[in-house]
Amino acid sequence: MIAPFKVSYRQDLLLAKTPAAKASYAVLLVALAVIPLVMGEFYVGELGGLFIFAIAGVGLMLLTGYTGLVSLGHAAFLGIGAYAHAIMLAQGLPFLISLPLAGVITAAFGVAIGVPTLRMSGLYLAISTLAFGSIIGTVLQKWDALTGGFDGFPVRTPTILGWKIQGAIGTYYTSLIVLVLVIWLALNILRAPLGRAMVAIRDSEISAQSMGINLAVTKSIAFGVSAGITGLAGGLYAHYVRHLAPDSFDILLSIQLVTIVFIGGLGSIHGAIFGAVFMRLLPQAIAMVRDDLPFGLGRTPGLEPSLFGLILVLVIMFEPGGINGRWMKLKHWCKSFPLHRRAASRRQKSYAKSERLR
Amino acid sequence: MESVVGLLQLIINGAATGCIYGLIALGFVLIYKATEMVNFAQGEIMMLGGFAAYTFVGIFGMNYWVGSGLAVLATAAFGYLLDAVVLRRVIGQPQFAVVMLTLGLAFIFRAGAGIAWGYDSVAFVTPFTNSIVRFGDTLVLGADNLSIIFGTLVLCGVLYLFFSRTRLGIAMQASSQNQLAAYYMGIPVRRVFSLIWAISAGVAAVAAILLVPVQMVDVNSGIVGFKAFAAAVLGGFGSIPGALVGGVVVGVVEQLAGFYLPTGFQEVTSNIVLLAVLILRPQGLFGQVIRKRV
Repeated sequence: MIAPFKVSYRQDLLLAKTPAAKASYAVLLVALAVIPLVMGEFYVGELGGLFIFAIAGVGLMLLTGYTGLVSLGHAAFLGIGAYAHAIMLAQGLPFLISLPLAGVITAAFGVAIGVPTLRMSGLYLAISTLAFGSIIGTVLQKWDALTGGFDGFPVRTPTILGWKIQGAIGTYYTSLIVLVLVIWLALNILRAPLGRAMVAIRDSEISAQSMGINLAVTKSIAFGVSAGITGLAGGLYAHYVRHLAPDSFDILLSIQLVTIVFIGGLGSIHGAIFGAVFMRLLPQAIAMVRDDLPFGLGRTPGLEPSLFGLILVLVIMFEPGGINGRWMKLKHWCKSFPLHRRAASRRQKSYAKSERLR
Repeated sequence: MESVVGLLQLIINGAATGCIYGLIALGFVLIYKATEMVNFAQGEIMMLGGFAAYTFVGIFGMNYWVGSGLAVLATAAFGYLLDAVVLRRVIGQPQFAVVMLTLGLAFIFRAGAGIAWGYDSVAFVTPFTNSIVRFGDTLVLGADNLSIIFGTLVLCGVLYLFFSRTRLGIAMQASSQNQLAAYYMGIPVRRVFSLIWAISAGVAAVAAILLVPVQMVDVNSGIVGFKAFAAAVLGGFGSIPGALVGGVVVGVVEQLAGFYLPTGFQEVTSNIVLLAVLILRPQGLFGQVIRKRV
């Protein structure tokens, strides 16, 4: 869409494309760093949760948005990361070793599920990850010896260099730091050969293969990296909830994660963040207007998932670019004002394409 | 001898549950073959069919057969509208966008059913409730399970005749095989697709009605849809007899796993079968391998 004119290949590799973008990221970072000093504990806690979901969203975005592999079982990776981290902390490992190790363990699971599913694409992959997710969910519930079953698993308060990570503020800052690191990692992957290969696979497997990309290796790495990042989010999630319950990592959570990616906008890191913001704000918004809705609608159980469902349906039908796509259009409209042309943002007419052969 | 009879009873109960899986899987396969869309809301459509039957038979007090027929028709009409209003608009979008779309629809249906019919389990009396059939001295089977198996067989026969003998059925086969050629032959492909959705929703409603004597209808009964995936994949996702055979196999294996293996295994059996098939034989039992020519 709108991009500055490219005058060198270096420009393509920049992390922030324009000076204005660089400045706005810096302002955002400073603002996020001082928020806990001025806002109440509740908001800080909620923002910490948002960061955790944003991390998971970035992880899934690498897989679904950039490699084109859809996973309906990412809650399992979140769960594996959370339990691995909590168990290692309980064994006395320090936080700074345990969290990355939880990520590595989850990445190993990701490769393990990724390798047999390499031959599948689209539909079969979605179904098999769904099955994998529900198997892991059942294992977490039934393996009492390891996970404590339905009694749950208490998460120990960790220390980093003598500083206790506790309460909303501790989770906030650790999640923020991990989120920034993860985004930086994701952006670096995307501008490295690996990221280019992932995008090529998303757009056409056959042409990627004929360009010399090893499909199996790239897909497994994508699965591993995505699962690993989600595992990191899981480790932080353990601190966020403080007491792990095995049934919280179910299909509904997997679908929420995919919804983050879809509503935010496929194929952009911004989209993952926007999606996470939306995902965490909607329940708050519902809670605020709950009592004012007519016909006792606000008291209906299942209001929240159905609203998520409705918004998901509307986004896919009318704005496949998600929030990020809408944002780009708005930006374009402002920049070209008053010369905006309707055709610039009109979707191309598309026809049914067979995915039986890819 | 006792154990043989017990085993036979287990297998027949499993086959009955499997028939339900098979019917839902049949709905997946019909839609997938025709439009390459996968309807993750199939289980929820079945749930709506069950509630429709409950409305006609349980609330309005209609005759079981009349009420059930009306429920099937109503659900089929719902399926037609679903395609005409929602799914037709997303043609050309990637397959997983459609997957997410139908998942979203599933949530909406669940909440809608909760608002309309409440969150309690409901049931109504059918001719097959609580009656048993004896074969010889030892083998005792519930009429409910037998009615499921018998109903499935009849429905399959009807569908087979429909697809092989009627003009509309052949038009449907043609549109599934090659959309463009079907257009050239003057088949109104879009309406045919909507009709396929209607048939698939109707089949789901039949499954729901057959299931009523065994299991009460409630908002969460759509979960069965996920087990039906295992059936569809086992059969090769795209093969109609495969879906039914797959359903019966999954149902029987699940029943036996529940009896012979420790607790917890029954719930994941269908998923393990699914993953095993996808890893060992991705084309399923009856599927065909297609390769792309470049």
